[in-house]
Amino acid sequence: MKILVTLKPVPNPDEKVKVREDGKGIVRENIKTVVNPFCEIAVEEGLRIREAHGGEVVVLTVGPRESDQQLRTALAMGADRGILVEAAGDLDSLAVAKVIAKVAAEEKPDLVLNGKQAVDDDNNQVGQILAALLSWPQATFVSKLEPDMGCRKAKATREVDGGLETIEVPLPAVITADLRLNEPRYASLPGIMKAKKKEVKLVPVASLGVDTKPKVRVLSLTPPRQRSGGRKVADVAELVSLLSNEAKIL
Amino acid sequence: MADILVVAEHQEGVFRKTNLHTLTAANTLAALLGGEVDALVLGHGAAPVADTLAGYGVRKVLLGDDPAFARYLAVTYAAAVAQVVKEKGYGAVLAPASTFGKDFMPRLSGLLDAPLAGDIVELEKEGEAIRAKRPIYAGNAIATVELIGTPVLFTVRQTAFDAAAPSGAQAPVESVNVTADPRGTVFVSRQETKSARPELTEARVVVSAGRGIKGRENLGMIEELADALKGAIGASRAAVDAGWVPNDWQVGQTGKIVAPELYIAVGISGAIQHMAGMKDSKVIVAINKDEEAPIFQVADYGLVGDLFKAVPELVEELKRANSIQA
Ligand SMILES: Cc1cc2nc3c(=O)[nH]c(=O)nc-3n(C[C@H](O)[C@H](O)[C@H](O)COP(=O)(O)OP(=O)(O)OC[C@H]3O[C@@H](n4cnc5c(N)ncnc54)[C@H](O)[C@@H]3O)c2cc1C
Ligand SMILES: Nc1ncnc2c1ncn2[C@@H]1O[C@H](COP(=O)(O)O)[C@@H](O)[C@H]1O
Repeated sequence: MKILVTLKPVPNPDEKVKVREDGKGIVRENIKTVVNPFCEIAVEEGLRIREAHGGEVVVLTVGPRESDQQLRTALAMGADRGILVEAAGDLDSLAVAKVIAKVAAEEKPDLVLNGKQAVDDDNNQVGQILAALLSWPQATFVSKLEPDMGCRKAKATREVDGGLETIEVPLPAVITADLRLNEPRYASLPGIMKAKKKEVKLVPVASLGVDTKPKVRVLSLTPPRQRSGGRKVADVAELVSLLSNEAKIL
Repeated sequence: MADILVVAEHQEGVFRKTNLHTLTAANTLAALLGGEVDALVLGHGAAPVADTLAGYGVRKVLLGDDPAFARYLAVTYAAAVAQVVKEKGYGAVLAPASTFGKDFMPRLSGLLDAPLAGDIVELEKEGEAIRAKRPIYAGNAIATVELIGTPVLFTVRQTAFDAAAPSGAQAPVESVNVTADPRGTVFVSRQETKSARPELTEARVVVSAGRGIKGRENLGMIEELADALKGAIGASRAAVDAGWVPNDWQVGQTGKIVAPELYIAVGISGAIQHMAGMKDSKVIVAINKDEEAPIFQVADYGLVGDLFKAVPELVEELKRANSIQA
């Protein structure tokens, strides 16, 4: 089974980001770049499927040259090889999906695993767009995945607003990973050593002949409305009294 | 400006209130750009959904009734909506930013090669260009985005747009001839979270439990508090991951976004990802034994203490207050 996992580098999600003074982005000083947590889950799932069924796990990032580091993290976890489509600047979701579709057309994986959402732009789009571009089925927000290579299909349990839903999709398919799909492993020291020797193919985005002209353009960022919290109450009685008399909510 | 289409969310013919918030966003867009708002219901035996929507001030409701839509699937929905949009020439398509809209709308974006802004909280016009605001980085920044091309697609954050009110009139319901091939995707089953409490995203009060409650056996206390306030129950990721509560109770960046009149966080530390889902609540109460917990920074009323003592006390106080009122 050949699995293509797409991963996006993002600013460490446990740091609270601040909008830059000029509104053109966020303050990046002192914030580490890491693999998007949902993509780590996707990598882990790919590795588990390979461990159970054999095959290959290829990791793919569309981004600047430095993204090589996050690909290495996935290789250290155990992925077999990496592809970095070098693209400067922020591509929109349609452009990223078109690039991934192009790579998928060449690699011909049985499965593409994406994160459900990148925790920087919070788009939650690329996997679904990709599925449309490839004319493949999709299963999003997946918390359990059971591929059946014999029948060339996969059963996927999805986290939806009303609970859980299970669908079956023929392969090849695009799957987007939700939080509870698995618990990603850490890269081991030997894993990190091995990763250094693994192949990361650099592909200039221009060589793919994909139209990456933006259709969604981010014009500016502003800070969110600030709350004025922080007040403490002495006890439950005071809380109830404030909720009734001040907040007038009871 | 061309007309605007709202794709209705329902579960096998049961109307979802998310639609009313989406309609308000569509009306906002119509006010900015001109054009009329229509709704599209895809389903099998979903006429009641169309009839309900018809009462909320749309020009007309399109009803695509076909066995192919008996169960929602992204593959059939996206294809059918694309067909309707192309045939009728809609200039904008909106759906709720629920797991329904977030599933098929990006697929539609791919099919139509059309720009999509997800989870929008505001719409604006600048010259002829249409702009939307959407929270990014777990709500720590608001991005203003411009959509280039037509049609433009949006999923709408429910808490940012009021529910549309009934118009007092019934718009016509028109059948559309549309079908789609699931191409091998099949619906297998659904495991529904059953609850007699109000819907999490619609509730006036939400009581949320975190890792601090220590175990499923202590959920009863949270239920009593929610019931005393006629509220819904939410949770942090930690409580969901531990298996104490169902997945769809998770509030946060990657769970549900809520903005009730009153949000009570019990034994929740206030991670960035959790706050992304509740910091627009009108009044926030936090109960936590750690006075340094970040949740207190956004709480209007913070109670530092042991939740196992505070929550039962609070339930008692509320019951007493309720019985005085009654
Ligand atoms: C990609 C990603 C997405 C995520 N998405 C979400 C999301 O959507 N929603 C979400 O909630 N989280 C999300 N998280 C997880 C988030 O980062 C936190 O780990 C999580 O919110 C912590 O849950 P918690 O506050 O219940 O637990 P903890 O952080 O462990 O906090 C427990 C709190 O309970 C208090 N406590 C303990 N005992 C008592 C007592 N007896 N009385 C009073 N207080 C007590 C403690 O002081 C502590 O503050 C996400 C994480 C990642 C990486
Ligand atoms: N630049 C990128 N390179 C590789 N994969 C990406 C990129 N952007 C998004 N993805 C994939 O798409 C998923 C969803 O991202 P998004 O739609 O941006 O929220 C991510 O978890 C990744 O798997």
